[in-house]
Amino acid sequence: MAAAAEAIVVPAPHDTAAAKALRFAARTPVNIVLVALGLAWLVPTIGLFITSILPASALASKGWWQIFSHPSVATWSNYDALFHNSGLITALKTTAYIAVGNTLLVVILGAMAGYAFAWLDFPGRDWLFIGVIGLLVVPLQMALIPMFKLYDTFGLFDTWEGIALFHVAFGLPFAIFLLRNFFVGLPKDILESARIDGANEIVIFLRLILPLGLPAIASLAIFQFLWTWNDLLVALTFGQNTTPITVWIAGQLREFGTSIDIIAPASFISLVIPLCVFLAFQRYFVQGLLAGSVK
Amino acid sequence: MLGVWMVYPAVYTIIRSFFGQHGFLGTWVGIDNYKTLFTTSTLTTAIKNNAIWVAVVPAVVTAVGLVFAVLTERVRWAVAFKTAVFLPMAISAFATGVTWRIMYQQDPNLGAINALGKVVSGAVSPAGVLQSALPSTPGLQTQGGGMVLKTATQPGGTALLGVTGIPPDQVPHSAVQAVTPAAKPGDVVGTVWRDFKPGGGKPGVVEKQELGLPGVTVELRDASGKVVKSTKTKSDGSFDFTGVKAGTYHAAIGASTFAKPFAGYAWLGPNLIVPSLLIAYIWIWAGFAMVVIGAGLSAMPRDVLEAARTDGASEWQVFRRVTVPLLAPVLSVVFVTMIINVLKVFDIVYALAPESEYAKANVIALAMYFTAFQGGGNFGVGSAIAVFLFLLVIPVLALNIRRFKREA
Repeated sequence: MAAAAEAIVVPAPHDTAAAKALRFAARTPVNIVLVALGLAWLVPTIGLFITSILPASALASKGWWQIFSHPSVATWSNYDALFHNSGLITALKTTAYIAVGNTLLVVILGAMAGYAFAWLDFPGRDWLFIGVIGLLVVPLQMALIPMFKLYDTFGLFDTWEGIALFHVAFGLPFAIFLLRNFFVGLPKDILESARIDGANEIVIFLRLILPLGLPAIASLAIFQFLWTWNDLLVALTFGQNTTPITVWIAGQLREFGTSIDIIAPASFISLVIPLCVFLAFQRYFVQGLLAGSVK
Repeated sequence: MLGVWMVYPAVYTIIRSFFGQHGFLGTWVGIDNYKTLFTTSTLTTAIKNNAIWVAVVPAVVTAVGLVFAVLTERVRWAVAFKTAVFLPMAISAFATGVTWRIMYQQDPNLGAINALGKVVSGAVSPAGVLQSALPSTPGLQTQGGGMVLKTATQPGGTALLGVTGIPPDQVPHSAVQAVTPAAKPGDVVGTVWRDFKPGGGKPGVVEKQELGLPGVTVELRDASGKVVKSTKTKSDGSFDFTGVKAGTYHAAIGASTFAKPFAGYAWLGPNLIVPSLLIAYIWIWAGFAMVVIGAGLSAMPRDVLEAARTDGASEWQVFRRVTVPLLAPVLSVVFVTMIINVLKVFDIVYALAPESEYAKANVIALAMYFTAFQGGGNFGVGSAIAVFLFLLVIPVLALNIRRFKREA
């Protein structure tokens, strides 16, 4: 009996060295292709960084890859000069106010509206939500001219608050859409039992919805932050002296060749913060992307 | 909030698009603004360019994303690769524009892409030893990029090919005093040299202090102009065609000697600016497509793929007949998203295209901005452009609402 059972045991597939080598050989072309592609995707950003640490005089005749043969030309003096440049410091502050301020507002308003659309019954709810979805695709160009005039009248032109509020408006439809869809998927019985226990809507929202909805809220916050930190068009239109970093650099672009020692490091500074946010919260960023690839 | 910032402006912009240039409303002009939109050349260029964007980018981005997503499934370091490709998504389109402007610089010594082009073209058709040179005597004539000696030679003869107009820094380093080799029976010998010395010297005569030009391609052509023999000169400029059959020949310097080095493509010039923008934009968005499609791929039922493989389908067949059809909904989401993005594209054009090329690189959003603001100041036409852009995205809006209704 035992012998018979042993006889039909299939020998476990053995990973011989030869089999491993064969598998590796089969994968090698894919690996090589992907390494090449990965490099192609990294090189421009690396090039920008290296350009940013080279003096303008070194860049006049040779490209940034000269650093590989002459590492000694590298210098932090470009950055040193920039951090003493009051224009850049102001621009960075403005960018931070706009990005953080509007993200906070979008998250708060979006969460409340998302909750309302998901769990509160009020007349015309579905139609209103369809209206919000409709607004998702309205190009912000549609609002530039009228808001330009309105801002002029109400003194919001050339203020960071004005730029931030514009971002809030155009961020909200996406926020409501994303959070409503996430909140709808939360287990209904938890909410029901909380209601039966006598918790009012505000308590439910603060104690249940916000903690449970944290992943979606994080995605949204990162998205909105990156989107507004990186914005150019809105700030270009509604700012004149109040300019975030993108617009500040854009002002230097005319002298691309001679101002490269300002443009390159400033561009790199402008992308370091989104890059850190992205690398730290990559997971949430991807989730947000998957949940709402509509924007 | 949405009412003030979105609904009111949208309605106002639609109405405003039927009015003149100035004021809160201005004067009623009917559809004149729309006529302007389709007849002004900068605006029609913008529309044409946007059409190119829509035709190229969504398809390429979706395809690239699909290929990346499928390939990364086969390697262990997929996370690292995905991060690298996805990175540009976090960076502003504006900073990307600056980044690529550095990459695209025309001088191969400055721009990385043209530097790569120089390496490739240097391997395919190397630059000549002499980039600029002129015949020193009328006996030597330029012809089809090369130089031909007018006087015919025969076996046993000597051909002297003197050239001038070579800047000192372009004289090859190994050059030494030119020498006229002794004639040999059955051979055609001669010298290519820099027929110039301090003070001038006598044209057509090899003199002291005149350097031979090494590495020059010398050709021996028969009466019909066909190249029968070809050789390179030595450091003293001398050359020797051995075993030449009886007949009359012309000695010549080959055109490749004067080949100009690769000067770099003007990526940001008027002819290439649109493709350059497309490349940079695809570089940004490939990561997005890859991640979304990758998510769809990992949600795919593995057993279906395994079943197909067990049935003997090749990897390509599995990809073509199983993977792609199953991914169709995800692919269409990416595709449609990219259409909307591309219709509204603005930042990268603003940052990457030099101001002088805006007219060539124009897109609808850029045209709208420059028409309404930045010295344009025409709110009527600006509104019309915005409305036109809005109309273009409305089909997508309908699609979104339908999807929502289906899900609800």
